[in-house]
Amino acid sequence: MSDAPLLSIDGAERVFGGGRTLFGRTRPGVHAVQDVSIDVRRGETLGVVGESGCGKSTLARLIVGLDAPTGGRIVFDGRDLVAEAGRDLRRLAREVQYVFQDPVASLNPRKTIRTILEAPLIHLLGLDRKARAGRLAELMEAVNLAPEFLDRYPHEFSGGQAQRIGIARALAADPKLIVLDEPVSALDVSVQAQVLNILDDLKQRFGLTYVFISHDLSVVESVSDRVAVMYFGRIVEIGPVRTVFGAPRHPYTHLLLQSAPAPGRRSLVSEDANTELPDPYNPPPGCAFHARCPRGTDLCKERQPVLESAPGEDGHKAACFHPHAGREAGKGEHVGQG
Amino acid sequence: MAEASTAPAPAVRPAKHRSSRPDSLRLLFNNKLATAGLLVFALIVVTALLAPVLPLPDPDVTAPADRLMRPLSEGHLLGTDALGRDILSRLVWGSRVSLAVGVSATLIAAFFGSLIGLVAGYAGGRVDTLLMRGIDMVMAFPYILLALAIVAVLGPGLLNALYAIAVVNIPFFARNIRGIALGLSRREFVDAARLSGKSHAQILFIEVLPNVLPVIIITMSTTVGWMILETAGLSFLGLGAQPPQADLGSMLGDGRKILFTAPHVSIIPGVMIFILVMSINLLGDGVRDVLDPRLKSGALTRPVARTAVERRQVPEGATPAPGAVLDVQGLRTEFHIGSQVFRAVGGVDMRIGKGECLGIVGESGSGKSVAAMSIMGLVPTPPGRITGGVALFDGEDLFSVSDERVRQLRGLAVSHVFQDPLSTLHPLFTVGEQLVEAIEAHQPLSRSQAREKAAELLSLVRIPNPVERLKAYPHELSGGMRQRVCIAMALAGEARVIIADEPTTALDVTVQAQVLSLLDTLRKERNAGILFITHDFGVVSAICDRVAVMYAGQFVETGETGEILRAPAHPYTAKLIDCVPVLGEPDRRLDAIEGRPPVVNDLPVGCAFAARCPRAEDDCRAGPIALTEFAPGRQVRCIHPLIGETQNV
Repeated sequence: MSDAPLLSIDGAERVFGGGRTLFGRTRPGVHAVQDVSIDVRRGETLGVVGESGCGKSTLARLIVGLDAPTGGRIVFDGRDLVAEAGRDLRRLAREVQYVFQDPVASLNPRKTIRTILEAPLIHLLGLDRKARAGRLAELMEAVNLAPEFLDRYPHEFSGGQAQRIGIARALAADPKLIVLDEPVSALDVSVQAQVLNILDDLKQRFGLTYVFISHDLSVVESVSDRVAVMYFGRIVEIGPVRTVFGAPRHPYTHLLLQSAPAPGRRSLVSEDANTELPDPYNPPPGCAFHARCPRGTDLCKERQPVLESAPGEDGHKAACFHPHAGREAGKGEHVGQG
Repeated sequence: MAEASTAPAPAVRPAKHRSSRPDSLRLLFNNKLATAGLLVFALIVVTALLAPVLPLPDPDVTAPADRLMRPLSEGHLLGTDALGRDILSRLVWGSRVSLAVGVSATLIAAFFGSLIGLVAGYAGGRVDTLLMRGIDMVMAFPYILLALAIVAVLGPGLLNALYAIAVVNIPFFARNIRGIALGLSRREFVDAARLSGKSHAQILFIEVLPNVLPVIIITMSTTVGWMILETAGLSFLGLGAQPPQADLGSMLGDGRKILFTAPHVSIIPGVMIFILVMSINLLGDGVRDVLDPRLKSGALTRPVARTAVERRQVPEGATPAPGAVLDVQGLRTEFHIGSQVFRAVGGVDMRIGKGECLGIVGESGSGKSVAAMSIMGLVPTPPGRITGGVALFDGEDLFSVSDERVRQLRGLAVSHVFQDPLSTLHPLFTVGEQLVEAIEAHQPLSRSQAREKAAELLSLVRIPNPVERLKAYPHELSGGMRQRVCIAMALAGEARVIIADEPTTALDVTVQAQVLSLLDTLRKERNAGILFITHDFGVVSAICDRVAVMYAGQFVETGETGEILRAPAHPYTAKLIDCVPVLGEPDRRLDAIEGRPPVVNDLPVGCAFAARCPRAEDDCRAGPIALTEFAPGRQVRCIHPLIGETQNV
């Protein structure tokens, strides 16, 4: 049983809009997430990277049940997550929680921290007053905040402190899985490190599983065990973070890694503006990255590549007809270094 | 870490919270008209409430013998009406009725209107459509006609008039509240509440309602006066208060017939209505100004065209360093808010040569943007002011030249590229129109020449199909394209220095890399200096020749980019580099910086970083520390710098 993945997403799809109007005309639909299949194992951190508009936040909302997929299945711990979220979000919320990108916007400006943190204790766990007081103290200690902060209002906190409160709220119901949607991108670098360290510490202490979504490759690399790269609503590459970042197979992952700024590294890419994403209302039949891809051929234009394992590299999959060479040939080509 | 965050926050915080209510009251009293309105309104309310105990004659007792007595007659201060009733007494009792009806109608309308608005805004979709179309139907009738129709159905009477007025005003509340609720319901804290296990009703009334309440109060305060007028209107038409009951509207109606023989009978209630409604409206406007967050945040104070320069001493004969296009020396910029002085920039020297790129690195609140905005006087005044230093551009002090000269130089000599291209570009004009405007502001070109130049600029920033793209609106372009347009605008006037304030922070990594190399190429092609502001050492590496690290309004370390990254001298720089994960080094321990930066209205005497510094000793806190040169081209503001020690990565 423990070998079974904690979360298993199978062919998930989310289309916004679409359907037909009152008069039978088809409405244009945007495929935010298409045919995404991921397994998240117990105790691991799965990183999800991608640029804005690639569907990573939509995927996050599907996992916590804030949004329902228009196709595919999501199974959490052997139970159908979509059906459960539709019936009663509370049961799911006890086990799957969410940390928001903007820490201040995710806290109601007119509630004290105590009220905010007590909500999950009352509504999800049904604790009485005494038990709540004990749990609040534990939570504040876990995220390293002084207990006297409980009676303050969100605007009195800095971004880093507010994010720690957001993390405490996610922890409150003692979940198994936490989805972190760009948890540090709104924070200053010095504070970012504090929050990342706390997240790491909590994971060890409470045996949590994380889905960590970010556009920052270096942050994802430092926190994740495995990483999924998304482009235009699909997963283009997935595998252990060292393999994916060390010897990327998909040309898009290559481009991402080359573009990431790092201290002591001059820019490497050309300055051409040829970066337009395909029209989301009218997606190309083939690979969405084709127009930007240096390796693209006519085959890529016509057919959608599927996620396939590289020979000899289990668990490292890429959706590309002409992938870069894997680990063996890629040695010494570590693109992370300038 | 534990120590830093468990330590109680600065003492100002609780005090600030406690004083937030008196603050709003004080704001209200600052508004003289609103205060006058409040006083008059309070006087009327108190008088109306005290009507039963005041020594007034019965307002309904007729005395035909004393009919139509003039004001100031004996026993009748304001005279009597056609039936000999005391006008003063009727006025007080009438105000009581009008107020009661007006206020109750407002409360009823506010309750039902807000409820409809909240539900419609929160639920959205079909419920929203259904409710709001219903509201639209109510609004489609002229309100007075609708009120008349309601009273006609229910029959005349004060209570029915009250219902009619309440119903007629429900749409006003519903529409206002729905808009706010719609915005709030899509906010993250609502999702967070759902994940905390709250039901929809709980979210609506516990999470959303408190945030809508100020708007409800504002809407109420601006509607009460209107409702009183409407009540008076219905009573005037004989549909409200029924004889003999006094009400301001019915008094006015009674007096109408004898307007020419005894004008005081109608003028007195008319004046009373005017005073009452006027006082309420003045008060309502004041309340709105205090509660409306947009007005509170300073939308009413209009900043002047250029930052005020109030230098304590004007440096004489400052000469620019050789080879520098822009040489800023000892810049100080302060914000004066109330009695507090925020020293955002406390003595900064920036020197940019031809084609050179100087990076300013710092966390948010370190003053890097304010320093850059000060150069061309773009810091809003009030509350900002430049209190020291010179900015020499080609030997000309930008802080002492005329406003007109600064206006000419902006965009021509020194131009800006900001973080968010979507808010920098005007959404209603095509990028071509905006580029042409920027070109024409500085060059006397004909329209077609300017268009040609605009297309040239777009191709300069590597936008494909420049002539076609001129016709595009900003929302039709991707983020990277928009930022390219902004860079093209910055180049419109042959700028010698470009101030780029986090120009790539809002962009995706692949686009960021492209924009960075574009900027890098352009500065070489056009020999323009760049002042590049960022918080990211990775971005700095990609483009900057020299770096200045800023902390609490001062540079703590400057030097050549590679040198600083290789061997930072200031403990803050070292920590800042250490706390950022680096691609390709996933196992590196992230060394967080304890604590938080100091608040710039309460800076310590000594080193501002001492409280967070592992190397701090007593002498660090004793007094100001100067920026000293310890190697050619390297300066550090530290008396225990990390010099000669190898940095272990």
